[in-house]
Amino acid sequence: MNEPAIRLRGLEKSYKELRVLRGVDLDVARGSIFALLGSNGAGKTTVVRILSTLLKTDAGSATVNGFDVATQGGDVRRSISLTGQFAAVDEILTGRENLVLVARLRHLRNPGTIADDLLARFSLTEAGARRVGTYSGGMRRRLDIAMSLIGDPPVIFLDEPTTGLDPQARLEVWQAVRQLAAGGTTVLLTTQYLDEAEQLADRIAILHEGRIIVNGTLDELKRLLPPAKVEYVEKQPTLEDVFLTLVGTATKGEQR
Amino acid sequence: MNKHFFGDTAVLLGRSLRHIVRSPDTIITTVVTPIAMLLLFVYVLGGAINTGTASYVNYLVPGILIITIASGISYTAYRLFQDLQGGIFERFQSMPIARASVLWAHVLTSLVANLISLVVVLLVALVMGFRSGTGVLGWLAVAGILVLFTLALTWLAVIPGLTASSVDGASGFAYPLIFLPFISSAFVPTESMPGPVRAFAENQPVTSIVDTLRALFAEQPVGSDIWTALAWCVGILVVTVAFAMRTYRRRIS
Repeated sequence: MNEPAIRLRGLEKSYKELRVLRGVDLDVARGSIFALLGSNGAGKTTVVRILSTLLKTDAGSATVNGFDVATQGGDVRRSISLTGQFAAVDEILTGRENLVLVARLRHLRNPGTIADDLLARFSLTEAGARRVGTYSGGMRRRLDIAMSLIGDPPVIFLDEPTTGLDPQARLEVWQAVRQLAAGGTTVLLTTQYLDEAEQLADRIAILHEGRIIVNGTLDELKRLLPPAKVEYVEKQPTLEDVFLTLVGTATKGEQR
Repeated sequence: MNKHFFGDTAVLLGRSLRHIVRSPDTIITTVVTPIAMLLLFVYVLGGAINTGTASYVNYLVPGILIITIASGISYTAYRLFQDLQGGIFERFQSMPIARASVLWAHVLTSLVANLISLVVVLLVALVMGFRSGTGVLGWLAVAGILVLFTLALTWLAVIPGLTASSVDGASGFAYPLIFLPFISSAFVPTESMPGPVRAFAENQPVTSIVDTLRALFAEQPVGSDIWTALAWCVGILVVTVAFAMRTYRRRIS
């Protein structure tokens, strides 16, 4: 099992004239959280869509959990779960019905029990019987991630999981991602928030103009710059500290 | 074919049907137009229309049923478009399911929703004096033609559902279909129309379908109309399925 969970070699993809990916090489170790950083339009979503078998490559190869995305699409889909940029939930169904739906489509036994367990795990038990249309952004995202966990896929793609969320919801999502990795799941996360990568990822790669320009641990990345100077500064609370203190998220002590 | 095709389609059909149960306004808005036309033509305009038959409501009902289907199928495009926009379509496509079942579930949902709408419109027509002495076989033939026509138009609706860039684009394609029955034998006999219009009316699909339904309801011989009607339905179905599947394959690869 030393083979990486995700392996990309020379991946290329163009939309008409626009060359989005120009030869992407990447390995993601099993059980790790890997963050793919990049500005808007850098091609992060394109990578995720190719790995989820939603898009074909022009050149290069990609394997997920040992299966080739081009020729073993069915096996890849059995190994993964995709949480896209927008919470892909059914607004007319209740939270519980959404979970049962996915459990049924994954052909699992006892979809009801699976749904109730996940509702409890993501603090959605009380909201479970309500239509998702009434949920807040953070609740939707948690439900979305809960839906991705059904069937325990070994690899999970999270495409900008916290875009558009308020700071509290963001912390909730981070907590969920950490739990996942603790359970041995490989997580490939795309984000444009640098602090998100810093908080969560074991390894970070930066995708820029269709190529991976750096790839390493946070410490390795920091070493790319001149060594830190020691300066004494007065510690000011960040606006986030102020906000979270005022609105009271004392329940989530492990966030920082 | 994937071994889970039927199971997955059933699960997804259950999901879409739940949407209809929870937003019955889709059925109501579907039947409003045909019922309004039924009222307008029977009680306002019908008195001045000479169809050569005793009861104008009996003459009108087949065409109204066609309009019901034409207005109902736009919801298929709408629901498909919403799934694509919301990202749940991609979620399904990235899961280990029979991929075609996502589309089939929408098609079958359209069939169920349209059958409900047709029954509602027929009940209103009955209250307004519509009568048919046809037997079980006659009704089965009517149902068969309506199902075939619904399927043909539903697959047509799948195409804008998959390709539209806005909600209006997804559902707006149905308007011309709703007006097609006006240039047919649905409201007035084609004999009253001037040459070129009459030629169009007599050779477009709605006239043969309406004439067949009318003959079945009236227990008259259907003649060659039924074959023309079936040929149109099957022909439209084959072409729209081929185009819809091509669009779908492009969309998921």
